Amino acid sequence: MNTAPGATPTIVLVGHGMVGQRFLEALAERGLTATHRVVVLCEEPRPAYDRVALTSYFSGRTPEELSLTDGEFIALHGIELYVGDPAETVDREAKKVTARSGQVFAYDILVLATGSYPFVPPVPGKDATGCFVYRTIEDLLAIEEYAKAKATTGAVVGGGLLGLEAAGALKGLGLTSHIVEFAPRLMPVQVDEGGGAALLRTIEDMGLSVHTGVGTQEIVVDAEGAVTGMKLSDGSELATDLVVFSAGVRPRDQLARDCGLTVGERGGITVDEQCRTVSDPHVFAIGECALACDGRVYGLVAPGYEQAETAAAAIAADETDQLTFTGADLSTKLKLLGVDVASFGDAHGTTEDCLDVVYSDSRAGLYKKLVIGRDGTLLGGILVGDAEAYGTLRALTGSVPPVSPESLVLPAGADSGARLGPSALPDEAVICSCHNVSKGTIRGAVTEHSCTTVPEVKKCTRAGTGCGSCVKVLGRLVDAELEASGVEVDKGLCGCFAQTREELYEIVLALRITGHRDLLDRHGREDARGGDGCETCKPAVASIIASLAPAIGASGYVLDGEQAALQDTNDHFLANLQKNGSYSVVPRIPGGEIAPEKLIVIGEIARDFGLYTKITGGQRIDMFGARVEQLPLIWARLVDAGFESGHAYGKSLRTVKSCVGSTWCRYGVQDSVRMAIDLELRYRGLRSPHKLKSAVSGCQRECAEARSKDFGVIATASGWNLYVGGNGGATPRHADLLAKDLSDAELVRLVDRFLMFYIRTADRLERTSVWLERIPGGLDHVRDVVVHDSLGICDELEQLMRAHVAHYRDEWAETVGDPEKLARFVSFVNAPDTPDPVVAFVPERDQIKPDLPLLSIGLRPADDALEGSAQR
Amino acid sequence: MTLALETTDLKVQLRLADGWFTACDLGALTPGRGVAALLPDGRQVALFRDRADRLYAVDNRDPFTGAAVLSRGLTGTHQDRPFVASPLLKQRFDLISGECLDDGAVRVTAYEVRTD
Repeated sequence: MNTAPGATPTIVLVGHGMVGQRFLEALAERGLTATHRVVVLCEEPRPAYDRVALTSYFSGRTPEELSLTDGEFIALHGIELYVGDPAETVDREAKKVTARSGQVFAYDILVLATGSYPFVPPVPGKDATGCFVYRTIEDLLAIEEYAKAKATTGAVVGGGLLGLEAAGALKGLGLTSHIVEFAPRLMPVQVDEGGGAALLRTIEDMGLSVHTGVGTQEIVVDAEGAVTGMKLSDGSELATDLVVFSAGVRPRDQLARDCGLTVGERGGITVDEQCRTVSDPHVFAIGECALACDGRVYGLVAPGYEQAETAAAAIAADETDQLTFTGADLSTKLKLLGVDVASFGDAHGTTEDCLDVVYSDSRAGLYKKLVIGRDGTLLGGILVGDAEAYGTLRALTGSVPPVSPESLVLPAGADSGARLGPSALPDEAVICSCHNVSKGTIRGAVTEHSCTTVPEVKKCTRAGTGCGSCVKVLGRLVDAELEASGVEVDKGLCGCFAQTREELYEIVLALRITGHRDLLDRHGREDARGGDGCETCKPAVASIIASLAPAIGASGYVLDGEQAALQDTNDHFLANLQKNGSYSVVPRIPGGEIAPEKLIVIGEIARDFGLYTKITGGQRIDMFGARVEQLPLIWARLVDAGFESGHAYGKSLRTVKSCVGSTWCRYGVQDSVRMAIDLELRYRGLRSPHKLKSAVSGCQRECAEARSKDFGVIATASGWNLYVGGNGGATPRHADLLAKDLSDAELVRLVDRFLMFYIRTADRLERTSVWLERIPGGLDHVRDVVVHDSLGICDELEQLMRAHVAHYRDEWAETVGDPEKLARFVSFVNAPDTPDPVVAFVPERDQIKPDLPLLSIGLRPADDALEGSAQR
Repeated sequence: MTLALETTDLKVQLRLADGWFTACDLGALTPGRGVAALLPDGRQVALFRDRADRLYAVDNRDPFTGAAVLSRGLTGTHQDRPFVASPLLKQRFDLISGECLDDGAVRVTAYEVRTD
């Protein structure tokens, strides 16, 4: 694995933590991954993950969800990533790194991002069984395993930021938890005495025991060497089964020391402004292992990211893109155990002659302090209990706030409390400090890059993708900017209507509008009025009118008058258009039950017209290959034999599938076939926002697959369970239980309400599964409305359904009985007896199939390209 | 156009290379819908009438699928231009120019239409 001299230059990165990953991204952004071989040696058994959010593992985030990278990024940029294989030695003379596995990598540039290690105070017993640190996912897994198996009490040594998180995690694992902090207050680095007091109160209220001002002197162990307690510096002893050390971190600089790189007195690899080590121009150090040129080691992720960018820029050596790292803002905002804690700027008031403005309410666990310079400049501050103002205040740091400082810390309800929106900030104010994104950049994302949502802005600017603490401010900023630039998110149905389908439904119902033209001219967008509408709104409005036909006095026949012009071709010819311009025919077979005589009729018709037949998934028979002019002839015979339209062509009820049920099946507990037939006949012809499928199973074995349907019914010993919102297809979804053990009448009443509520509120072409996920409140809201009648509309919903049932007529029976309606069923207006010559068939497996080569004759030469675009 | 005209026996004609071809009665066209007509040479034409009684004619063959179905598509107005959307894969075609609105590289033949 040793590259020959003169080959592609190689960058070796040691360490794949958050900063290491950011460095790789910075290399990729600068095109360096294309010009260099990039090798990454990672000690942990997994690639970079979000260490800042480590504790969220205990609230259910999986290690995979914490991951910061995917195989795709690594593969796309040709990066060689070796996980579980740390660098062991560096030979700077030969410019080679040896990994634990024995692999040797020659480098041109070496970047050390080895991070830090947890500091464990040198107390006796510190290595006992049951002692842990809190740094990696593996640490968490070990703590979890031990806590579940062997512990009821846990103690955390260290009351800093990580210590509090660790204590919260132990509590979450069900342990009685203690925090032991040597300093006189919690989070001594970030907050002052007042803030510590507010924090202490809130933490104790959560049931955590806090011991401040005491040190740990010894870990007490039993005969097997397992932890049983700890001796404290005040002479007391604390019984505990588990100890987590969280007493700060130290730079991991051993590799650097071993190869003779200069390190600081208190650790940290000494680097210059470009993050290049002072000892070797070919070696860089970034993140928590680096001692920056201001003499500090930065333990926060934001400065680490800045260092990663700086080092990448230095390696790229592009004169127009040179960065320096000379120090960083230590502002932080955290949510610790549900408590907001933030500190920013000169939080401890070290500036000469500075003044404090403090608001404190220990009862509410609130503490807010601002540090103000003599000239009124905001220098920094501390917020505990409510850090809402953090984003604004941090951005204002270094300037004189536009309102008095007092009003910035008073609670919102107080008389003089001022709320400074993000609009008050200057453009150069940094909103996302993790990625150093200014307000101006975010505004630019909206105004110049046409972003209209927070996710888009996040993608465009990276703001809010670090610690996430600025997302709230980001959202307000994006909204404000959208508003200012007059952008409104258009929720309208199409270019013709500004209303949603739901709003149009309400208009049609309230004003009893029975035509698309009328609706368009009265309620359409200004410039669409008087026009012809479009292929989106015409069928959508036709569907609404059809759903409401009896209630608004419209004709229930979908091909009457103007309605005929609104229908998709399927509805227009009451059949399903297939790829060669022929149609398929599906007669209704309610519940999938069919008598032999009727089966024979279908067979005879298919044979006489030469149709291809196939059994559908909805337990009926589809006949393919009918030309337009054959449809009335086919249906004349079907109607004559007692069949009616199966509405396979409509956005309407398709089938109610059933298993054989208690009549025949030894397991069945209810008559599922009868119920399926009843439901299918009740809802047949009901036009809806999208197709509706249903099924009834006669027992819990669920042979009818009812839970993959829009409404599914499963028999129980005492009645029926109703499930809603199921779907098969590309995005399968199991239906949710809406109500249990219903009688026949209760079931039908509930389905009536459910379907009418769906028809009323769904978007165009929105299946119940998507609708249920989308509507505010989801299933609970739907249950409230249709089961508990929370909106008081159930009477109306039931009445609408009763009207539908009462007015149902078979569309095909009506069509074949009316010569005027039959006139449309011709291939050519000027040659009614001539069939469309493009509709032709060839034999396959004893049946017919479309003559596909005939279809492609005379198509443009670039047929392949056409096919590609057709599938977009 | 006036109502009086509609009641007369107006014919829909389209211009072919060798003159005007009579396709059908105006009454055979429903506003907002199309019909197909067979030309003497075997080609097919889709004829449309909009709600303002303007007439349009384009080739009936959908160039994306090869099926003769454009006459069965839904019509509409997009930025004041009339269009038909193919009933198969929904690509829209400008009824005046024949241009595909969803793929600039594709167009269908458009014919001049008149009533006589």
